[in-house]
Amino acid sequence: MAGVTGGAVAGGIGKPGAGDRAARLRSALGLVKTRAIPVVLYLIVMYLLVRVSLTGAEAMGYNWQWYRIPDYLFRLTDDGFQWGEISLGLVTTLSLSLQAFLIALAAGLIVALLRLSDLVVGSALAVAFLEFVRNMPLLVLLYLFYYVLGPIFALDRYAASVLCLGVYHAALVSEIFRAGIQAVGAGQWEAARSIGLSTGQAYRFVVLPQSIRFMLPPMAGEAVHIVKSSAIVSVIAVVELTTTGRNIIADTYLSFEVWFTVAAVYLAITLTLSIFVTFLEKRYAVKT
Amino acid sequence: MAGRRPIIEIRNVDKFFGEFQALNDVSLTIHAGERVVICGPSGSGKSTLLRCINRLEEPSAGRLTVDGIELTGAKGTLRRVRTEVGMVFQQFNLFPHLTVLENLTLGPMRVRRISRSEATERARKYLDRVHIPEQADKYPAELSGGQQQRVAIARSLCMEPRIMLFDEPTSALDPEMINEVLDVMVELAASGMTMVCVTHEMGFARKVADTMVFMDEGEIVESSSPDAFFSNPSSKRCRQFLDRILEH
Repeated sequence: MAGVTGGAVAGGIGKPGAGDRAARLRSALGLVKTRAIPVVLYLIVMYLLVRVSLTGAEAMGYNWQWYRIPDYLFRLTDDGFQWGEISLGLVTTLSLSLQAFLIALAAGLIVALLRLSDLVVGSALAVAFLEFVRNMPLLVLLYLFYYVLGPIFALDRYAASVLCLGVYHAALVSEIFRAGIQAVGAGQWEAARSIGLSTGQAYRFVVLPQSIRFMLPPMAGEAVHIVKSSAIVSVIAVVELTTTGRNIIADTYLSFEVWFTVAAVYLAITLTLSIFVTFLEKRYAVKT
Repeated sequence: MAGRRPIIEIRNVDKFFGEFQALNDVSLTIHAGERVVICGPSGSGKSTLLRCINRLEEPSAGRLTVDGIELTGAKGTLRRVRTEVGMVFQQFNLFPHLTVLENLTLGPMRVRRISRSEATERARKYLDRVHIPEQADKYPAELSGGQQQRVAIARSLCMEPRIMLFDEPTSALDPEMINEVLDVMVELAASGMTMVCVTHEMGFARKVADTMVFMDEGEIVESSSPDAFFSNPSSKRCRQFLDRILEH
């Protein structure tokens, strides 16, 4: 941060072009400075982890076959380019997570609005839903959806997974919505009412747009969380990233290589999400 | 004033917040075009009374009629009344995520259902009226307190209400900004708007008020013309209050 403001001052003094470049350089340097210590710590810890697993693997006489892994990402054969199993699993994980997240957003908003409404029945329903879902292990909820609701409503394993993740995260997302909505002051409601806006209009034009900046960081956390919890659907054999990993290992016994690869892919998704959200936060910060 | 029709009728209104009685059997009639200034010590129920008029607070008992419409809980009448009653708050309560112009056009476009171009034209007219036409594209946080409060007044005026309520509009302002807001209110009074102002600005009150109301402990203690009110208040409590705020 200090680097950014310092850069802005320098930009004001120098020539416009040169100042701009200097400012950009400084803000880049500032970024490195603020990130340097965590990055170094991270590298040290990762080095130790890799070191320990490598020596451990050596001690147990593990036969590393990393060269077989790229085939599971993509293949170039005579037939041309083909995606490998891990890449296809990744696509399933992403689409599963995205659909579940959309359901969670929609249902979460409804639950939050019910909870905040004057309707006694509405807020009681919302609280009941919240407590039911939040206090149940995700795995049990998944079994409920797949083994109980599945046969009743003719849900296949993919649909059951999407719904289960959506419902589970709706509970968490609704609390984020509620906190964000309540962070907007009572004066905003009164002003909205005083110019005749209905409750719905007040939410849409006045309250929700202001709550977004309170909600973005925890919402990003939820998006990351949902990608990670989607791994649990491997227990009902939905062929996403984790299941794919298990299947490959069952065929090849490459457990070390495959799990490292799968972990790296998850890490790549969640890191990308985090960076995207940091960018979003900055955009919103300028506007208000 | 005489002979004009009543536009706000408050009959025997009580308001409780839990055990605390904020309004105690309050009755007041305000006529079209009348300018009423309500004063009194803090906690005397002035703001509560004002907020009952556009039903930001719901009276615990009694009847309240605005422009011939009796205020009950019914949502339809409530919104109709609110579009006829503008309110200016102590803390401005502008919408911080919208520009000044968007603050002004939101109500007319969404509630009055007029077109964007018509709403923009109207917004510019009222920004002119409050003397800040050049600030239309700024965000509220970029304006001074006095400018923000004038935007808030313009936002209410854009709904073209018949009644304007002011809840201590200058209490949150730095002293040098009070007059620019009061000037706008004086001009508004001159245009014939029905106004109910809770304020301690006695100079303003003397200049525009048709009726002075003094409240204490949830009751209307005195209601009279400014001349009588300032020269010879009939109640002791009112005299003490005036002595305290006018002595310097």
